Amino acid sequence: MSTVRIPPVLRETVGGARTVDAVGATVAAVLDDLFARHPALRDRVTDEGQLSRFVNVYVNDRDVRYREGLDTPVGPDDTVILLPAMAGGSR
Amino acid sequence: MSTPATQLREVSAEGALDLASQGYRILDVREPVEWNAGHIPDATLLPLADLPARAAEVVPDKNAPLLVHCAVGARSLRAAAWLIQNGYRDVVSMRASLRDWRQLGGAWEAPQELLTPAQQLRYSRQVLIPEIGQAGQRKLLDSRVLLIGAGGLGSPVALYLAASGIGTLGLVDDDVVDESNLQRQVLHTSDRVGMPKTESARLTLNALNPETRVKEHRERLTSENVERLIADYDVIVDGTDNFDTRYLLNDAAVRLRKPVVHGSIYRWDGQVTTFVPFAGPCYRCMYPTQPPDELAPACAVAGVLGVLPGIVGLIQANEVFKLVLGVGETLAGRLLMFDAMSTEFSEVKVWRDPACPACGEGAQQ
Repeated sequence: MSTVRIPPVLRETVGGARTVDAVGATVAAVLDDLFARHPALRDRVTDEGQLSRFVNVYVNDRDVRYREGLDTPVGPDDTVILLPAMAGGSR
Repeated sequence: MSTPATQLREVSAEGALDLASQGYRILDVREPVEWNAGHIPDATLLPLADLPARAAEVVPDKNAPLLVHCAVGARSLRAAAWLIQNGYRDVVSMRASLRDWRQLGGAWEAPQELLTPAQQLRYSRQVLIPEIGQAGQRKLLDSRVLLIGAGGLGSPVALYLAASGIGTLGLVDDDVVDESNLQRQVLHTSDRVGMPKTESARLTLNALNPETRVKEHRERLTSENVERLIADYDVIVDGTDNFDTRYLLNDAAVRLRKPVVHGSIYRWDGQVTTFVPFAGPCYRCMYPTQPPDELAPACAVAGVLGVLPGIVGLIQANEVFKLVLGVGETLAGRLLMFDAMSTEFSEVKVWRDPACPACGEGAQQ
């Protein structure tokens, strides 16, 4: 069981949790499991079945774009981080 | 029968000038701090206390003619006596002050005055830090930093940069102070509600440090003005409230090769990183696509913890220091995340994207 960190803007879709558990040996499998448990999250970050391009995905501290994308392996002790950009600063 | 001990000689400033012109090697036995305040250009610094340990290395030839001086002639007399006892044959001590030497036209090298006496006092606590010193403080005083936004993040950044002696602070903001800003925008005060934020900021910053040149840019960053606004600055601090401005700033900063210190905040969470064009990733490398508006609300919509911009902003200010001073390691290539709810910092790596439309292989370098 790996840990998935949920960004603040998406926490309401998982009942307010900062991290949730998910099962899977790759990023794709982890996300499938996550979306099955939290359908509201699926609606926010997928587009026609694909993970939206505005969500960065990291396994531990590595961006999966520079590894094997959704095929990047995920171990049971790994942390998957979902990270869309944040805008706030001034107002 | 042993050779009689060499006589120890003392000379006036006039005599010393004469010996110097004959080629006597000059040893300055004062302390480094005295040396730094001014010294004879041809002299070698060898503090009295270091003499036993370093004399053989500094003056290997015991027959070399030596003229020893200090501030008035007391330490140099002791140094000369020690040298003679240890086999040096021609040692003369100057029994005069360095002022006498200078008044007679002796060569003198005054230190480069990097800081005024008032600046030395004001910034003394950071001048003491070896990585800063007077030269580093001079860099800070000569530097120009532009803050995009004089609000949540801009407030702590501006306050600490002004206090530390960053010479010029530019502020880009077209907003006025609102009562709801005061919970976190510590540049502004209750009696300034309705005042332009740049003006309120200037009043606060100049009350703190009258020496800071505060430049007010009462406008919003647009594609028309962005290059003009950032061109004159060394470092840009991005604390805006929307993606359009962040991408606009990123692309212009990459074109003009200006480093950008990025900060963003949302409720209990903050993110900070530093973009150094072509040396590290840019904002578009990190986030090629911006989220829809409902996933990226501004503080005005989503709320933000009052202390959060303080914490994130001061990390940004620290990045500015390192960029200006050229010391340490910045957050270039790393996104630092702060979670105030659990008091946790974490980091992810950010790579340059070879396909980045702003700074990738296809972009003009």
